[in-house]
Amino acid sequence: MAQTTRRELLKIGVGTVAGLGAVAGASALGFDLKKATAVKRGLRLAGAKESHSICPYCAVGCSIVAYTKQDASGRAQLLQVEGDPDSPINEGRLCPKGASAMQLATSARRVARPLYRAPGATAWQEKEWDFVLDKLAQNVKDSRDRTFVAQDANGNVVNRTEGIAFAGGAAFSSEEGYLATKLMRSLGLVHLEQQARV
Amino acid sequence: MTNHWRDIKNADVILINGANPAEAHPVGFQWFVKAKLDPARGPGSGGGAKIIHADPRFNRTSAMADKYLRIRVGTDVAYFGGLISYVLQNKLFNESYVKSYTNASFIVKDGFAFTDGLFSGYNKTTRSYDIATWAYETEGDPLDGPAGTTQARAKRDLTLQHPRCVFQLLKAHYARYTPQMVSSITGIPIVDFLSVANLVGEMGRPDKVMTIVYAVGLTHHTTGVQLIRSGALLQLLLGNMGMPGGGMNAERGHANIQGNTDHAISWDILPGYLRIPAPGQKDLNAYVAGSAAKKSDPNSWNFFGLNYKKFMVSTLKAWYGAAATSANEFAFHFIPKPGVNSSWMSIYDQALKGKMEGVVLSGMTATSIGPDSNQVLKALSNLKWLVIMDPLPTTSSEFWRAPGLEPKQIQTEVFMLPTTHWIEKDGSFTNSGRWAQWKDQILPPEGQARHDHWILADLFARVRALYKQQGGKFPDPILAATMDYKDPLKPELDEIAKEINGKDLATGKQMTSFALLKDDGTTTTGDWIYVGSYTDDGNLMKRRKGIQDVKANDPTGMGFFPEWAWCWPLNRRVLYNRASADPDGKAWDPKRPGIVWDGAKWTGDVPDYPPTMNPKDPAAWLPFIMNGEGVGRLFSNSAADGPFPEHYEPIEAPIPNPLHPAQSEDPVAFLYDEAAGRPNRFGKVDKYPFVATTYRLTEHEHYVTQHVPLLVGLQPQAFVEVPEELAQEKGIKNGDRVRVFSERGKIEVAALVTKRLGPVTVGGKKVYHIGIPIHWGFVGISAEQNPERSKNWMANVLTPFVGDANSRTPEFKAFLVDIQKL
Repeated sequence: MAQTTRRELLKIGVGTVAGLGAVAGASALGFDLKKATAVKRGLRLAGAKESHSICPYCAVGCSIVAYTKQDASGRAQLLQVEGDPDSPINEGRLCPKGASAMQLATSARRVARPLYRAPGATAWQEKEWDFVLDKLAQNVKDSRDRTFVAQDANGNVVNRTEGIAFAGGAAFSSEEGYLATKLMRSLGLVHLEQQARV
Repeated sequence: MTNHWRDIKNADVILINGANPAEAHPVGFQWFVKAKLDPARGPGSGGGAKIIHADPRFNRTSAMADKYLRIRVGTDVAYFGGLISYVLQNKLFNESYVKSYTNASFIVKDGFAFTDGLFSGYNKTTRSYDIATWAYETEGDPLDGPAGTTQARAKRDLTLQHPRCVFQLLKAHYARYTPQMVSSITGIPIVDFLSVANLVGEMGRPDKVMTIVYAVGLTHHTTGVQLIRSGALLQLLLGNMGMPGGGMNAERGHANIQGNTDHAISWDILPGYLRIPAPGQKDLNAYVAGSAAKKSDPNSWNFFGLNYKKFMVSTLKAWYGAAATSANEFAFHFIPKPGVNSSWMSIYDQALKGKMEGVVLSGMTATSIGPDSNQVLKALSNLKWLVIMDPLPTTSSEFWRAPGLEPKQIQTEVFMLPTTHWIEKDGSFTNSGRWAQWKDQILPPEGQARHDHWILADLFARVRALYKQQGGKFPDPILAATMDYKDPLKPELDEIAKEINGKDLATGKQMTSFALLKDDGTTTTGDWIYVGSYTDDGNLMKRRKGIQDVKANDPTGMGFFPEWAWCWPLNRRVLYNRASADPDGKAWDPKRPGIVWDGAKWTGDVPDYPPTMNPKDPAAWLPFIMNGEGVGRLFSNSAADGPFPEHYEPIEAPIPNPLHPAQSEDPVAFLYDEAAGRPNRFGKVDKYPFVATTYRLTEHEHYVTQHVPLLVGLQPQAFVEVPEELAQEKGIKNGDRVRVFSERGKIEVAALVTKRLGPVTVGGKKVYHIGIPIHWGFVGISAEQNPERSKNWMANVLTPFVGDANSRTPEFKAFLVDIQKL
């Protein structure tokens, strides 16, 4: 039998939640299982689109390959997520979290639409985006106008909004974070934080 | 990280503190194992790199270590201090490196002192230091350079004999950290400490290198900054900063915590680690004078300080476009100037004081994160409004119906805005090693979910419209902020990535280097350290030349992979790499070159130095070009709690500080409750005899994975780890339910009785640790399956509301509790 490189092996694949054990397990189990797995996988992934992403969990920065196919409505369906064999960081490996990333990506537990909980209310109400964004815009403006300090007690120009805080960003793209910083500082926010300290 | 994940395979010794990479960063850990298995690595003549792991808990990292040290949490300064002392006493440091590449030879002002646990200048009333004496003795006039970026020349004694030179002060400071003292503080047996010290000491040889790896186990302390500084001091003495296989390497815990720290979602900085301006800085020159490093040696380039104004003006131009002009100091006063610390805990402290009206949380849940989750719940209840941007419910979106709270009494208006997952949008993540990697959009947004940045852009547009219609306080920055995107309500991340890189306004071309930025308003950048990531050649973060062809894609063989993604700054894979070569430009270790001088230019990694500067030129710059001194700082006035790291006990400690019992804890740790006039809620050892620490498990990431069925299946329920001996004393059996409580709250969970946690003997006393994984709360799959039990699952109800003197990082990792069998 021809030698199969580890990279080819990973390309052939041995299942989704294989993680660090993938290579050793496949070799130990021998050729037949590998072939069967490859055939099975071939049937499932034939014609699928291969795209690249990064694991959403820790900051090792493992590259992942995602396979999608369009369903009848033309919407992309995620078929499989696996370690990217080309990455000099993970070389195709994923941990249990990364290997199960598909269950985070497609989840019936997602919040489907904007929710609003009025002061003192005991339940959420579903709302339209325009409702929540308009209400929030007025809240931001009112809180900013109430808590804005143009000059401090020593007469220094400080132009700061003391009563609004923004925290987040460890889970979204850098470009989103940059925009958040620009917009929040432009609103005068001084309380601006993410996960780095905690 | 000064280095990066794959580079760890280049190390001879891997010293791990405050981290458990085998479980928290398992795929990154492969590089540790590769170093260990590589026969070309290791002290002596090969045989594999040695892994040294200091941790109170014998975990999977310890299982792979050559040396495991059971250390009491929060005492790593004593451990590193002992190693520093051992290296100094036994002259094991890299002498040439220490003389030429550190400030060991700089002479400190007369009057600097350290007595009974306090450095000179302490003010007990304000709990702060006057740092006037934490400075160099200088001579002559200020050195040449732009206004506010130079000072007089610091005096040096290159023989290192002057009694007030940094080297002698350092030696005196750490002389107290004898193996006996280290053992008494940390609980590490003397013989084990000495065997590790011996191994570490060998790494001072020019042909050897050690990496220090850490995570939040070092940062989450009232002495967090000094814990890390003490490791950095050791690395400077051993000549390991700048070396492949060396450096100080922080493993970060979230996919893009690095990228969005770089982009300054942090109260005290602007993009690229420019400082946020302070009140009283009337113009840009005053800002630079108050913020930039000061050149203190004629051979110091002081690159950051020298260019501070250019970076700031270019960012102001990116943000405010035509509204930023030389006539208005490029809109300098559009940037808010905080009067007081405004970091994470300060947000909730202000809410408790009734001064915070609205909080937006995106992908972060304050309730679970804490510290002191019960107090955070009070703070959230005090807000007028709270916004949660998340794809899934969190303990913050549901805080108003948290166990024990009465929704009707909570007047906070709550908005839950469903956001997209990472896989539903493109954009880059920057990993711990500073590699910015672009990802594709793979799926369309689920349901009505929207991208975080579209929500913010839309909200901002609506606020802007309200200011136009209604007027209001200082609308200028809101009206002027640039939103020059094809659709200002839906900016593409590709457009923003280009903006971050910046351009030359005269030619319209993308910038290729931050060295070309100007302070006259003709260049822009969103973040100077990302200049070069997206040039006219395209988005370099998309590059994918990886291990498909190792020979072609890693030409130096050092693991840099220069065309895999892009790395800040300027695609440089190892920071401070000028220090990987000796003063003449030859590699300290020819087998392990970072950059080397070939007679005409520097080759290897992207040089952290002018590419054609001849090292033999007497006017050549010193190696650490970002510092005012041009050299690594063994002594620094940049930390609020001392120029040298000193061991202080956690705020809640099992013993008085053996070094100076009268000054047991960090004298400038920030006591939020006390400062706000609320009673401190710290427990004493007589009531809470056990040391607790918190951590993460492989199968979960903070709290979001409570929604992932496979992972909940692997780690279904909250538990604590209890040492076997203690469990026996308390009659606790494996699987029993126990209550663990601190002065602030309680959890009720299963006990995992284990040999992994054993006692340590400190200050002559036997002390137990209790280990607490952080992942559970009252939201998620297991909470729904266990509605009663999950009411008391949230680990951070236990943790103290106190901050590091410098960074205000909470002390999550060392506090006192008691335990009872239920």
